[in-house]
Amino acid sequence: MNKTVLDLWVGLFVIAGIAALLFLALKVGSTSAITASDSYEVVARFENIGGLKLRAPVKSAGVVVGRVADIQFDNETFEAAVTLRLDKRYAFPKDSSAAILTSGLLGEQYIGLDAGGDSVKLKAQDRILITQDAVVLEKLIGRFLYDKAQEGAPQ
Amino acid sequence: MLKQTIENLGNRTIQGVWRMGFAMRFFVTILLHSGTAFRRFGLTIRELYFSGVLSLIIILVSGLFVGMVLGLQGYETLQTYGAEESLGILVSLSLVRELGPVVAALLFASRAGSAITAEIGLMKATEQLSAMEMMAVDPIARVVAPRFWAGVISMPLLAALFSAMGIFGGYLVGVKLIGVDEGAFWSQMQNAVDFEQDILNGVIKSVVFGVAITAIALFEGYDAPPTAEGVSGATTRTVVTSSLVVLALDFVLTAFMFRGIG
Repeated sequence: MNKTVLDLWVGLFVIAGIAALLFLALKVGSTSAITASDSYEVVARFENIGGLKLRAPVKSAGVVVGRVADIQFDNETFEAAVTLRLDKRYAFPKDSSAAILTSGLLGEQYIGLDAGGDSVKLKAQDRILITQDAVVLEKLIGRFLYDKAQEGAPQ
Repeated sequence: MLKQTIENLGNRTIQGVWRMGFAMRFFVTILLHSGTAFRRFGLTIRELYFSGVLSLIIILVSGLFVGMVLGLQGYETLQTYGAEESLGILVSLSLVRELGPVVAALLFASRAGSAITAEIGLMKATEQLSAMEMMAVDPIARVVAPRFWAGVISMPLLAALFSAMGIFGGYLVGVKLIGVDEGAFWSQMQNAVDFEQDILNGVIKSVVFGVAITAIALFEGYDAPPTAEGVSGATTRTVVTSSLVVLALDFVLTAFMFRGIG
């Protein structure tokens, strides 16, 4: 076997390729999927989730504490049942509230979690009772116009 | 006249189906005779050098330029929305998802695929393959299978290098030249690029392309008429067919992978 130079080049090539893969995996990408073992799921019900998507972030005080794991339509209450997968490191009071917010003017929608004051913490499969729906622009404009019309109306 | 045309058409169709079947049988034979390629890994390493290492320069340089162009063009467009911080997302997602695997595969097909076809075709034309059979050496196991596995191994590595180089090029143009904020460039990229959804799917794509390109190149070489014309025609066909197959497969795989989730 007299191929040492060739082997060296191939070795370098393979190492460079794997290094590039690692660079992509570590520096470029992130494993947003929180594994089931270090997370717990809670459910929040909304009348309107707007443009909320799967895997959207759940933020509390602006910090990402979890992801949207599942979105279902409940055919009995006609509400959207959103499953939030939260990081186990963070425990929230039972009376915390969830709101669907938008980052920036045109940004993606996320769930904002506001901590309440209860001493009992949220457990897995609990339900967040206080929720605030997504703002639908048409409804907002409609209400604004309605208010304007009310103002202008003769008393 | 008309009869002649119809006869020709039918003949071509039958020939096409015949070739297709032969190609499939050839592919299965490669897989069945792959033992030697792994037992005597030196053979595969030799081919890795020829199809992988020697393709490095073209892959790295084109990756760098593609990334730089993406940086420039993306900045021009994003700037109109005041979203130039998202440049990292644009560059990295388009490279990792599409351009990395596809452009690297197209370059690989023209750089390594054509070489494989010409080599095998010439080996056949000069009756080296028959000589091997005469010496009770299986040419599929000894010549074809190592080249196949070398291509399959080197393709994802080349695609990853292409993407990494392209992101570096985008970084150079976006951050160093134009002056997009460096922190925003990387952090937005990390937020948007998901390991499983984007990077792993890109790797899967490049492996599939590697299988397709090397299988086509080997088959065209093996099937080439043993003449100078035959080998040159086979080389051309390799590049044309594998480029088309790569683009078609890319559509199919993309349709499977990114069906508007997330």
